[in-house]
Amino acid sequence: MNVEPVPEEPQRKERRPDGAAFVIAAVLAIIAVVIAWSTATGGNSASYSRIGPNAFPYAIAGVLLVLSIWTAVEAWRGEFPEREAENVGPIIWIVAGLAGQMLLLKTTGFSIATGVLFALTARGFGRGPLWMTVPLGIVISLVIWVVFSKGLQLSLPAGPLENLF
Amino acid sequence: MDTFALLGHGFLVAFELQNLFYALIGVTLGTAVGVLPGIGPALTVALLLPVTYKLDPAGSLIMFSGIYYGGMYGGSTTSILLNTPGESASIVTALEGNKMARKGRGGPALATAAIGSFVAGLIATMGLALIAPTIVKFALSFGPAEYFALMVLAFMTVSAAFGDSTLRGLTALFIGLALGLIGIDLQTGQARLAFGIPDLLDGIEVTTLAVALFAIGETLSVAAARNSSEDKVEPVKGSVWMSREDWARSWKPWLRGTFIGFPIGAMPAGGAEIGTFLSYSVEKQLTKKPEEFGNGAIEGVAGPEAANNASAAGTLVPLLTLGLPTTATAAIMLAGFQQFGLQPGPLLFATSPQLVWGLIASLLVANLMLLVLNLPLIGLWVRLLSVPKPWLYAGILVFATLGTIGANPSTFELGILLAFGLMGYILRRFGYPIAPVVVGLILGPLAEQQLRRAMAINQGDPMALVSSPIAVVLLLLALAAVVVPLVLRARGKGKVLAQLAADED
Repeated sequence: MNVEPVPEEPQRKERRPDGAAFVIAAVLAIIAVVIAWSTATGGNSASYSRIGPNAFPYAIAGVLLVLSIWTAVEAWRGEFPEREAENVGPIIWIVAGLAGQMLLLKTTGFSIATGVLFALTARGFGRGPLWMTVPLGIVISLVIWVVFSKGLQLSLPAGPLENLF
Repeated sequence: MDTFALLGHGFLVAFELQNLFYALIGVTLGTAVGVLPGIGPALTVALLLPVTYKLDPAGSLIMFSGIYYGGMYGGSTTSILLNTPGESASIVTALEGNKMARKGRGGPALATAAIGSFVAGLIATMGLALIAPTIVKFALSFGPAEYFALMVLAFMTVSAAFGDSTLRGLTALFIGLALGLIGIDLQTGQARLAFGIPDLLDGIEVTTLAVALFAIGETLSVAAARNSSEDKVEPVKGSVWMSREDWARSWKPWLRGTFIGFPIGAMPAGGAEIGTFLSYSVEKQLTKKPEEFGNGAIEGVAGPEAANNASAAGTLVPLLTLGLPTTATAAIMLAGFQQFGLQPGPLLFATSPQLVWGLIASLLVANLMLLVLNLPLIGLWVRLLSVPKPWLYAGILVFATLGTIGANPSTFELGILLAFGLMGYILRRFGYPIAPVVVGLILGPLAEQQLRRAMAINQGDPMALVSSPIAVVLLLLALAAVVVPLVLRARGKGKVLAQLAADED
């Protein structure tokens, strides 16, 4: 692996504000507000002790708010580690696989749903074609279903394929 | 009863035929999964936890400890034969081990790693057995205030002390703590942060979170990486046996590594990495052949590998005696205990000694099994290493979702898995550590419980938290764990800390 020699003084290099890190700061702030809001509106807090069920959520919300501000400062200074450019395509394939399995699970059963996940993940890594990998995934998942639901009594959702056994 | 009598009883449990069988399955599965590239011990135990759901507590924990030790062994095989280490603690092993494999000395490298792990596992597990009763006796005098202080210390060492950024460590921890709030409050029964969704009332499952962050997050970042070179598996040429010289050069590093790794693992400081780095630099100082370091020195494999396993056994000390997980792996093991309603800690030694001592004895048995299993079967493990990436990661996701579906076959749970998987990818991309999220989720509610107990006992007087010298010392240590690294980083000495970062395990 040939790596370019590191410049003598990396600190000198201009570091620009990091947009994505600002988004993280904003998300942290939103989470803090949601926790505080949900705790404030979340029903009774008529507790006898000073430290009741609401104290911890408020404390965590407070710290998250501080961390959000700190993140914004580091984002402004560009202090987050540099990121290499990445491909979005594979992520979409894999997320689609997971979402597909989630939506199919109840109707088609474990094997078909998981076969779809298997094939779309392999596709995300550039392996296809789907008409071959989907059946392959379904067969593998069916074997796993037999082993785990017959052998180890895990309750895995059954569909038309599983009902054949 | 003294320790040895208790341990003897433990062996009676461990030698029951079915428990031996569970241990054997555990070490085999653990090694097989641990050897796969990209899967560390934390993910190994998270993936295999569902396998143990239907067993009785003793059998399940025995299988589980086998999985834990097996995962550690498997990781070293990966890092020697493949340049990308399967677990972060093995990075150091990869430095010298991979060089040895390239020179055709892969066999002795694997052998010294396996035997070193065995020696370290043996001594460190005995250390665990000897030290545990003392800590338990000490811990029985702890009140809620001391426990709370101890947990704060664990939070800070896991999140802020190591790694390249205090901010990102703390952020990861507080994300975990915030997730821990979700569900029904243990003491009042009040629902918190459930937003009216019934599925959220039970809280977030530790295994779901761990599997999502480690398996799905890792898969997404590997898939998205642009310049991924195909990893080359070094073939094991020649004999796996070590020559007389190899033995002579290995035995001292094994022992030194063990005595470096065990105390570090046993302290609530988290991570096997520190021990392996220390051991590596010690061996580099002491070696008679410094020219070999960097080109495949056997001491550089033997020492760190022993330190790695010794500190893995060491993390069981705070986990079993105090109920305090200091690594992501330990956090998942704690979840494994909790599924049977068991809370590790001093009381567990009193209420179910046969379980605890059976577990410790099983660790020794598992350790021996691994030595027997590993060297002859090395060819099989090597074949597992060369599974092409698409099939490997497709398989990982199948098993990752299998565990979640097996525990709770609901669409909602899979949605949570997907959401946390994306979160895991983002955390990786922006350089956030993963372990503090998992530790925060499981330890947060326990810390809150201790805090509220401490307050309730003392009529809500906050001074109760600092009324005992032990609690004060622990809290000061926790403060130091945050402040000292901040100062070091500000002075530009952060690189050393970044190297010691606990990435996964």
